[in-house]
Amino acid sequence: MSHAERLTPSRVMTLALVGAGVVLLAAPFWFTFVFATQARADIFRSPPPLWFGTHFLSNVQLLLERLPFWRNLGMSLYVATMTTALNLLLCALAGYAFAVHEFAGKKILFALVVGSMMLPSFLNMIPTFLVMDLFGWIDTPRALYVPGAAGALGIFLMRQYIGSAIPRDLIDAARMDGCGELRTFWSVVMPLCGPALGTLGLITFINAWNNFVGPLVVMHNADDYTVPLALRSMQSPNNTEWGALMAGSAIAMLPLLVAFVFSARRLVAGLTAGAVRG
Amino acid sequence: MHDSRNTLTSDSAIAPLPPAPSQAQAARARWRKRARKLAPYAFISPFFILFAVFGLFPLLFSIWLSLHQWDAPAGLAAMHWVGLENYWYALTDPWFSKSLLTTLWFAVASGVPQHLVALPLAFLIHTTLKRSRNFVVGAYFVPYITSSVAVALIFTTLFSKDFGVINAILPGPPIDWLGDAFWARITVAIVVFWRYLGWNVVLYLSALQVIPGDLYEAATLDGASRWQQFRHVALPLLRPMMFFAITLTLIGNLQLFEEPFILIPPDSGLAIDVMTTAMFMYRMAFSDGDFGTASAVSWLLFFLIAALTYGNARLFGKEGTGDVAR
Repeated sequence: MSHAERLTPSRVMTLALVGAGVVLLAAPFWFTFVFATQARADIFRSPPPLWFGTHFLSNVQLLLERLPFWRNLGMSLYVATMTTALNLLLCALAGYAFAVHEFAGKKILFALVVGSMMLPSFLNMIPTFLVMDLFGWIDTPRALYVPGAAGALGIFLMRQYIGSAIPRDLIDAARMDGCGELRTFWSVVMPLCGPALGTLGLITFINAWNNFVGPLVVMHNADDYTVPLALRSMQSPNNTEWGALMAGSAIAMLPLLVAFVFSARRLVAGLTAGAVRG
Repeated sequence: MHDSRNTLTSDSAIAPLPPAPSQAQAARARWRKRARKLAPYAFISPFFILFAVFGLFPLLFSIWLSLHQWDAPAGLAAMHWVGLENYWYALTDPWFSKSLLTTLWFAVASGVPQHLVALPLAFLIHTTLKRSRNFVVGAYFVPYITSSVAVALIFTTLFSKDFGVINAILPGPPIDWLGDAFWARITVAIVVFWRYLGWNVVLYLSALQVIPGDLYEAATLDGASRWQQFRHVALPLLRPMMFFAITLTLIGNLQLFEEPFILIPPDSGLAIDVMTTAMFMYRMAFSDGDFGTASAVSWLLFFLIAALTYGNARLFGKEGTGDVAR
């Protein structure tokens, strides 16, 4: 440890402050997981429970009685997976074109991509519903994954990465060897995009998984709800099964938390790079 | 790549080359050439097709809709032109003005503390933490990637009046966090603050990393305290990022929808007291079926956001809008 890491009083103070912040930010997560294992009566006991109970399975059972929860989970998984797969492919393709090819109108077209990120999403809420209604896509998962299948942020990220990390010589060599455009993309560029695809995949999956307004507008049949909508529908003014609801929340949160633990640095960098540059 | 075009297109150029390419080869090469020209357009077309259908068209349709009165179930033929009447109707609706005030209240009450805390916090993390830094930054960032519904649900239990954790910790009589108009707003502001604090810390940290360390060293040699370093070295250099981060907060907070919508169920008596303009728009469209006025409301909100963003840029002045924000 360098001398900067020595424990001076001011450093202890700072650590305490930053640490208190971490505790405050983490507490709600802790309580979600603790409450997921407690019976409803115990959640609201005084003092509140701070450690895990034994009711997780009965809470899940209750959840399954109230909601088609596995179906909701499947729907969330399907929508998020489709969104992610489509974005990885289509954003990489477009990013590749913007990074490597020269073509007329390139600058303006790229400015359009970036500019589209500035449009506030609420403006599209009502017309999107009407368009989906027109297409007959209400209550179908494609209403959720098709519109955002080639996101502007993803195109931006892939262009940055391909432009900086993939040697042009390699692409020229592939062309020399007679690789067609698609073949060059698929066999030469894509395999080298691992890190960027990982970051983009995670960002896209998280956003699709957490999406609330999208399903709220186009999914009206409770059997087709994604997890966030389903959990909200279980809330009622007087008789909410909080234990079951917390179990559902915990199940919905866990995969993202685990993924985040393994990729926090890259994910944070990717998200902020998009925001800062965009 | 350079002069192969000539060899392919003009016959005379082929002559000096020893083995003249066969007809088929030439055709293939020509096809390659054209493919290479068209390929980028094909590769970027998915975005533009999707944007045209699900972005641009709905947007234009929404302008059109805002100028019509429309009984939606009766089909597109039932639209009739009313000009700016929907806008006037919205502007004179007391719920609309109330929702605007609520939106602004949330923007200030959750936005200002976010930056007042995030700035010094980012500075402390940047100057103090080395090894634990990634862990801390990650921890602050987690709320941002958590489902708004899960967040709202856990806060509803924590802020429950009779047996919630918050009231158990606080001394004095229990506060009716989610059952009283004033406290319900405070609760929403707290949740929004909690959710986006880490995002701002990360933004400020990324800007602090660019400030050369010897600036602080020079200040230390001059006898500057930590606070003075923050105030006189870091803060002026953070100005461009402050402008950018505050703009993002402003734009985000003015379209606030999910947190109040989930925390306060729409059928509860308090729904009006926490109703933001985005929620008002939703209600107008999906509860009242008045898509014309709802579209007008969405454009009014858009103009407000544009105006306030512009005002914010003016406030920061030209020197504030440096490289980062462009």
